[in-house]
Amino acid sequence: MKKQGYSQDNFFGWLMSSPALLLLTIFVIIPLVMGLGWSFTNKRLISPLPTEYIGLKNYDSILAIKLIPIDPILDENGKPQIDEKGNIQYFRVRDVIRANPKYQDFRLYTEFNAFGNHFGIIAKDPDFYRALINTTLYVLMIVPAIGIISLLLALLVNQRIWGVSIFRVLYFIPSITSISVTSVVWMFLYNPDQGLINQLLQKISFGAFGFSPWLQSADTALLAIILYTIWQASGLFMVIFLGGLQDIPEDTYEAAKIDGANPFQTLLYVVIPQLRNTIIYVVITSSILGFRLFTQVDVMTKGGPEGSTLTLMMHTVNEGFRNQKIGYASAISIVFFIFILILTFTQRKIFKSENVLE
Amino acid sequence: MRKQVVDNSMRHNQKARFQKKTLLFLDYFVMILLAFFFLFPFWVMAVGSLKPEKLIFDDLKSVIWAFIPRDVNLENYAYIFNRIPFLTYFKNTIVIVLTTIVSGLFVNSMIAYALARLRWKGKKFIIGAILALTIVPLETIVVPLLMVSNKLPWFNGATSWLDSLHVQIIPFICDAFSIYLFYQSFIQIPKDYDEAAIMDGANPFVIFSRVIIPLARSTFVAVAIIQLIFLWSAYLWPLMVTRTEAFRPLTLGVTYLYNMDIRWGPILAYATLSNLPSVLLFIVFQKGFLRSIASGSVKG
Repeated sequence: MKKQGYSQDNFFGWLMSSPALLLLTIFVIIPLVMGLGWSFTNKRLISPLPTEYIGLKNYDSILAIKLIPIDPILDENGKPQIDEKGNIQYFRVRDVIRANPKYQDFRLYTEFNAFGNHFGIIAKDPDFYRALINTTLYVLMIVPAIGIISLLLALLVNQRIWGVSIFRVLYFIPSITSISVTSVVWMFLYNPDQGLINQLLQKISFGAFGFSPWLQSADTALLAIILYTIWQASGLFMVIFLGGLQDIPEDTYEAAKIDGANPFQTLLYVVIPQLRNTIIYVVITSSILGFRLFTQVDVMTKGGPEGSTLTLMMHTVNEGFRNQKIGYASAISIVFFIFILILTFTQRKIFKSENVLE
Repeated sequence: MRKQVVDNSMRHNQKARFQKKTLLFLDYFVMILLAFFFLFPFWVMAVGSLKPEKLIFDDLKSVIWAFIPRDVNLENYAYIFNRIPFLTYFKNTIVIVLTTIVSGLFVNSMIAYALARLRWKGKKFIIGAILALTIVPLETIVVPLLMVSNKLPWFNGATSWLDSLHVQIIPFICDAFSIYLFYQSFIQIPKDYDEAAIMDGANPFVIFSRVIIPLARSTFVAVAIIQLIFLWSAYLWPLMVTRTEAFRPLTLGVTYLYNMDIRWGPILAYATLSNLPSVLLFIVFQKGFLRSIASGSVKG
């Protein structure tokens, strides 16, 4: 009797799983495996030439980076040439690359002065490093900003005062609208000449704030996107923090009060330790969302000005979809995936060690 | 002496009450200020969409007028209905989001049921695989997924899925994270419930639909809402797979309009109309929304 039930379960188990398994196989597992395979080839979207296995060449092209010293230009006396402003004249990095066959395929990423010498950083794909730096910078700024702001929001609307649930709802509204649509609205607000944000800043600072170009300057574009994302996503993380706050038993607060803790001490020594899991979750989730940054950048700046908002995801789409280099884009995706894996495993590890302690 | 003590304590009480009131006032002040920060873009958007083009920017200069509607007319709305296929975009988004969510609920909950409550060979391996797949973001497979979709046949004889509605639906029906949420919820339901049904000779399908689904209704709502938020914002994938206006969703139409000509009136009208459904839906069902987000997140 029991054995019959078991074999019946075998049948129904596979039957009920089959639609999901079929879909997962076609749309997740096969692409994942194909992407890994193509990352070792020179596959293109449309090409008359057959696809060839090229080993780790894509990965080399993505990651290859070199620091090279750049020599000053010497005059006939063997002294460095100096321009009118008193600066030493150096060879152009582009010429150094061209002159040296070792640096074939390399392009200039950036150059700088240090220890009295001039250096150039050259990479086979400077855009990858540009995207990596931008994305990392973005994650490093957005994660603490969103974490702190959404925690403060959650504390504010977790109070038992009249009308507080209305504010909860209001703060969450930006999170349910679609990113591309609200990005366009923010482009309107960021408008450098007549945009409302510039006008508002000028009025409330009595003219101390000048007009900022926001999205149209390499110095402020990433910042403008960060500000937009804070506006867009804080409500979502506020709700997650609220869930965590409501799991803290009421008597914990009472106990802190009896011990004479002021609200700030209660927050620091009682609330935050209790929110540990929620905080880890918010940090990891917001960093993964940060690494995936694409939509708002594609709408607002397309990666510009001067590559200052190019992100990893955007670089992948540019190479794979717009430039049709499927093999190369697959390799970038794999590198990208490794970042996500590291982040997620860190999360799981922290959670596990926490469980051991308990 | 005694009187003075009473007096002091009264004064102390008064002071405490005053402090409490100030604090409360400060609370509301900060909350209202924040509400302004989160909502002013929507207000300015809606007000601007009702103004003639020239007035939109003129009014921005005085700041206050940017928040007050005047010369109200619906020309910008007429523009987006007459000059661009707004209704097509709108219909596409609704069809894509609804079909994906409804079929997703069905497919994902069914496998989660099999994994959580049936005993069969291979299920341990599949649970592990699905847990692993929850960390694969769409972005990492988007390029090969495009190639796969380009090679799939369809009922009408087409040999590619590109530029269609189903290419925006079928790949997203099955979602590892949704399966995981269902699984978490189903293993918490006491076994006695299905044992009683097994005694009555019910097969797993019957138990699933008559016992489990009613008991886990709140999980279904949570999964639907979380999916809704992500699907409503879908941008990257539609950008890659659509070629013609007939299949574009709302999220792409706005950039099409922006690139066509930069007149802000119609763009703001477009944004107002496309934000309206999700905002209304949220305000009506806000309790369910907020609870679902909180419950769908921190589970380790």
